[in-house]
Amino acid sequence: MVSHFSLLLVVVPLIAAPVVAVLPRGRLPWVAAFIVTTLCAVLAGMQLWAVLDEGAISYELGGWAPPWGIEYRIDAVNAFVALIVAAIAAITLPYALLSSEREIPEEKIPLFYSAMLLCLTGLLGITQTGDIFNVFVFLEISSLASYALISLGKQRQAFTAAYQYLIMGTIGATFYLIGVGLIYSQTGSLNMQDLATILPDVLHLNTVKTGFAFIMVGIALKLALFPLHLWLPNAYTYAPSAVTVFLAATATKVAVYVMLRILFTVFPQGFAVTTPADELFIVAGIAGIITASVNAIYQQNIKRLLAYSSVAQVGYMALGIGFASATGVTAALVHLFNHALMKGALFMAVGAIIYRIGACRMDQIHGLGRVMPWTFGAIVIGGLSLVGVPGTAGFISKWYLVVAALEQQAWISVAVILTGSLLAVVYVGKLIEALYFKPVSDAGKVVSEAPMLLLVPTWSLVFANLYFGVDTDLTLGVAEKAAAILRGMKP
Amino acid sequence: MSAETLLLTILLLPLVGAAGIIIARHNPDVREGVTLLSSALIAILVVVLAARFLDGEVFALTLIEPIPGIAIAFEIEALGMLFALIAGLLWVVTSIYSIGYMRGHNEQNQTRFFAAFAVSITATMGIAFSANLLTLFLFYELLTLSTYPLVTHAGTPEAKQGGRAYLGILLGTSIGLFLLGILVIWSLTGSVDFQAGGILSGHIDPAWAGLLYALFLFGIGKAAVMPFHRWLPAAMVAPTPVSALLHAVAVVKAGVFTLLKTTIYIFGDEFILSNDVTGGLIWVAAATILIASMVAMTQDNLKARLAYSTVSQLSYIVLGAMLASKAGLIGASMHIAMHAFAKITLFFGAGAILVASHKKRVSELNGLGRAMPVTFVAFFIGTLSIIGLPPFGGMWSKWYLALGAVETGQLLLLAVLMISSLLNIIYLLPIPIRAFFGKPESGEHYTKIAEAPKSMLLAMVITSSACIILFFYPDPFYRLAGLAAGGY
Repeated sequence: MVSHFSLLLVVVPLIAAPVVAVLPRGRLPWVAAFIVTTLCAVLAGMQLWAVLDEGAISYELGGWAPPWGIEYRIDAVNAFVALIVAAIAAITLPYALLSSEREIPEEKIPLFYSAMLLCLTGLLGITQTGDIFNVFVFLEISSLASYALISLGKQRQAFTAAYQYLIMGTIGATFYLIGVGLIYSQTGSLNMQDLATILPDVLHLNTVKTGFAFIMVGIALKLALFPLHLWLPNAYTYAPSAVTVFLAATATKVAVYVMLRILFTVFPQGFAVTTPADELFIVAGIAGIITASVNAIYQQNIKRLLAYSSVAQVGYMALGIGFASATGVTAALVHLFNHALMKGALFMAVGAIIYRIGACRMDQIHGLGRVMPWTFGAIVIGGLSLVGVPGTAGFISKWYLVVAALEQQAWISVAVILTGSLLAVVYVGKLIEALYFKPVSDAGKVVSEAPMLLLVPTWSLVFANLYFGVDTDLTLGVAEKAAAILRGMKP
Repeated sequence: MSAETLLLTILLLPLVGAAGIIIARHNPDVREGVTLLSSALIAILVVVLAARFLDGEVFALTLIEPIPGIAIAFEIEALGMLFALIAGLLWVVTSIYSIGYMRGHNEQNQTRFFAAFAVSITATMGIAFSANLLTLFLFYELLTLSTYPLVTHAGTPEAKQGGRAYLGILLGTSIGLFLLGILVIWSLTGSVDFQAGGILSGHIDPAWAGLLYALFLFGIGKAAVMPFHRWLPAAMVAPTPVSALLHAVAVVKAGVFTLLKTTIYIFGDEFILSNDVTGGLIWVAAATILIASMVAMTQDNLKARLAYSTVSQLSYIVLGAMLASKAGLIGASMHIAMHAFAKITLFFGAGAILVASHKKRVSELNGLGRAMPVTFVAFFIGTLSIIGLPPFGGMWSKWYLALGAVETGQLLLLAVLMISSLLNIIYLLPIPIRAFFGKPESGEHYTKIAEAPKSMLLAMVITSSACIILFFYPDPFYRLAGLAAGGY
C-alpha cells in the first residue's frame, strides 16, 4: 500500500492540474488546488515515515521490472526532499489565495493554480523517480510550468524575466539531456541503481567523463550556482509573490538533490574527487557566497535582495557538496531544508508588504515595520535565521558547514562562511532599518497589518525556523541518514 | 522548590514578566507593577539560589539537544552564581530607578522598553547558568539582540547610528571570531562543556593555544577589549537606566564573565599558566586599561566619560583572567561585583542629573551639588569605590588583582594597575568636586533645580550604601570568587 503513495504523489497533482484549469472562475480552483497540495503533503509525510521505518521503497511503473521499466525508488534522501517540496506547497497555497487575487488578472487565476500544480508535479516527480531520463522529463514539466508562472507577474519585466529563465533553463536542461545521452551510449541503461553497478567499469571512457561534465553544468544552471545564476534574481523579483515563495523554497532545492544523487549514487563514491568537480564546487560556492551577498547589500528592491541572498545560500550548499564528507553532505541537506524555511518565511512577509502597498522598493517601505508589526516580526526572525543566529534553524546549518570545513582544515571556506553571515547581517540590517527607523512613508500612512490569511502561513514558517533551531530530530536525523545513504554506507 | 524548578523559574520569570508588561500596556501603573513584581521575585530567588548553592546543593538542568552531543543545558557553578546574584539584585534596584526616570523624562514607547529590559534579564541569567559554550552563545546573542531596541530607543538618526555600531561590532565579533573559537574547540575536543580544570589540555599544540585564546579575547566583543570597544560608547544613546544596568552591569559583565568562564573551564588555568598562553595577549588588556582611561579624561559628555571608564575597568577583569593565577582570578571575579555596584551608582547619578537639570556635560555641573546633594554624595561614593579606596568595596578587587600581578611576577602590570588608579582619580573625582565647590558659569544659583524623583534617589542610596557594605562584608562574593578560582 505504502508504495502506491509514491506514485500517487506524482499522479494526483498531474491529474488535478488540467481539472483545475477548466474549473469556473472564483475560488473553486483554489479550493481544489488546496486540497490536492494538502493531500500531497500528507502523502509525502507518510512516505518519509514508511521509508524511515522499513527502508527503501521500490515501485515499478506499469509492472515493468527495472532496469527496463521506469522505477520509482524512494529512500531517506528523496523522501526528505519530497516532504520539503510538498509541505512548502501546502503552506504556500493558503497564502496564494489573497496574494494572487491582488497580483494576477482574474481570468488567469484557474490557469495559475493549474500551473502551480504542474510545477509541483514536476518537482515531486524529480525527487521520486529512479531513472535519469525520467528526471529530465519532470525537470521540463516543472520548468515549463515555472516559466508560465513567472510570466504572470504584474510588471512587464516579468515577461523578460520569464524569457531569460526560459532560455537559460532550456540550455541547462539540454546540457543535462546531452549528458544523459552520452552516458546511455556507453552503458545502455538509464536506471540509477543499474547505472551505479555499470558505471565503475566504464569510468575511464572520455564519453562518460564528458557526459558527467554536461550533467553537472546542466544542473548547476538549474541550481543557480554562481556564475550560472543570472536568471534567478530577475525571475524571483518579477514573479507573483506566491510563485516566488514556492520557487525559492523548492526549485533550487530539488536541483541540489539531483546534483547529490548523480554525484554520489549514480557515479561511484569518490569519482568526483578524481575530476575537478569537487574543487569547482568549492570555488563556485566561495565566489557565489561573497559576490551574491555583496550584491544583495546594494539592492533597492527587497525581492531582488532576497534573491541574491538565495544565490549566496546555494553557495553554502555547494560548499557542503564540495567537501564530499559525511558532515559536508549532511550540512548541505540540512541547509536545503532550513533555507526553504527561511526564504519561504521572508518572501511571504515581503509578499504581505506588496499586498498592502503594491511595491517593495527600499524607499517605499519606510516605517512600515511600525504599522505592520507581525509582518515586521516575521522579517526580523527570518532575517536572523538567514544570518545564522543561535536558536534559529540557520544556526544549525552554519554550525555543520563550519564543522565540515574545519574537518578538512579548509580555513578559507571557514572564513568565507562566517564572512557570508556577517554580510547577511548587513543586508538584513539594512532592511530592518528601512522598515523601522525611517519615518513612515506616505504609502505606509494608510495601510494596516496584513490579513490573517497571509500572516498565518508566514508565521507557521517563522515558527518552523525557531522550532528547527532547537529540535533537530527531523532535520539532522534524516539528513544524517540521507548523507549516509548517498555516500554508500549503511545508515 | 526543587533545584530544577528554581533554576527554570529564574530563567523564565523575566519572560513571563515581559509578556505581562505587554498585556498591561494600556495601564502604565499595572505595567510597572509587573516590572517591580517580577524583578523583586527574581532578586529573592537568586538570593535563595545562592544560599542553597553555598550549602552545597547541585543545580543542573538539560533541556534539549539541538546538535548531537551538545545540549541546551544549565549548571550552576560559583562564577555563574556570582554573576546571576549581581544581575538579579541590581535589576530590582534599576526597576525602581527606571520607573522614575522614564516618567520623569517623558520617554516614548515605555512598554517596549520594559519588555525588552525583561528579556535582557532572561538572556543574562541564561549566560550565567549555561553549562556549555553553545548554550552560552545562544543567550549571548539573545542579549545582543534584546538590548538593540533599548539602545535605539530614541529612534533618532543618532540612535540608529549608535545601534549600527552596537549590532555591527557585537554580532561581527561574535559570529566572526567567538563562534569560530567555539567551533574550533568542538572540532578539537568533541566537547564544549564547561569542566573544572578545562577541556583543552592535551588536545592542542600549546603554540596555537594563544591564537585560539585570541579568538575568544577579541570575539567576546562584550568584554570591550580594544580595538572592539567602540560599541560601548555608541550604546550610550540609550536611556540612562539601560546604560546603568545593561551597559555597566549585565551586557559588559556578560562579556568578561564569558571570558573568565572560558579561561577557567575551557582552557583551564593550569594549562594557561604552564604554557604561557596569554603571555603576549595580556598587554592588550593592559593597553586597553590605560588608553581607555586617557580617552575618558578627554570626554566632556558625562555618560561617554563613564563609558570609557567602563572600558578601562572591564580590562581589569580581562587582565585578571589572563593572569590565570589564583589571586588574579579571585580579583577578576570580585571586580565583576564591585565594579557593578560602583558603576551603576555613577550611571544612576548621571541619569538623575539629566532628569532634574537636563545637563549632560561635565563642564556644566559646576555648583549643582548644592541643589542635588543626595545624588552627588552617592556619585562621590561610587567614584571612590571605582578608584579603589577604603572603606569601599572596590578596594578588595583591586587588592587581589594587584596581588595576582605580584604573584606571577608581572611587576610592570602592577605598575599599570597603579597608574590606572591615578588616572581614575583624575577623570572621576573632578565631577563631584565641580558639583560641590565649583561656581556656576553664569554666576546664577540653582534655585529651580531640585533632586530627581524619589524612586531614583532611593535606587542611588541603595547602590551607594552597597559599595560601603561590601567593604565590610564582601564575604558572599568573596566565597563565590574563591570557589570559582578553585579554592581560596
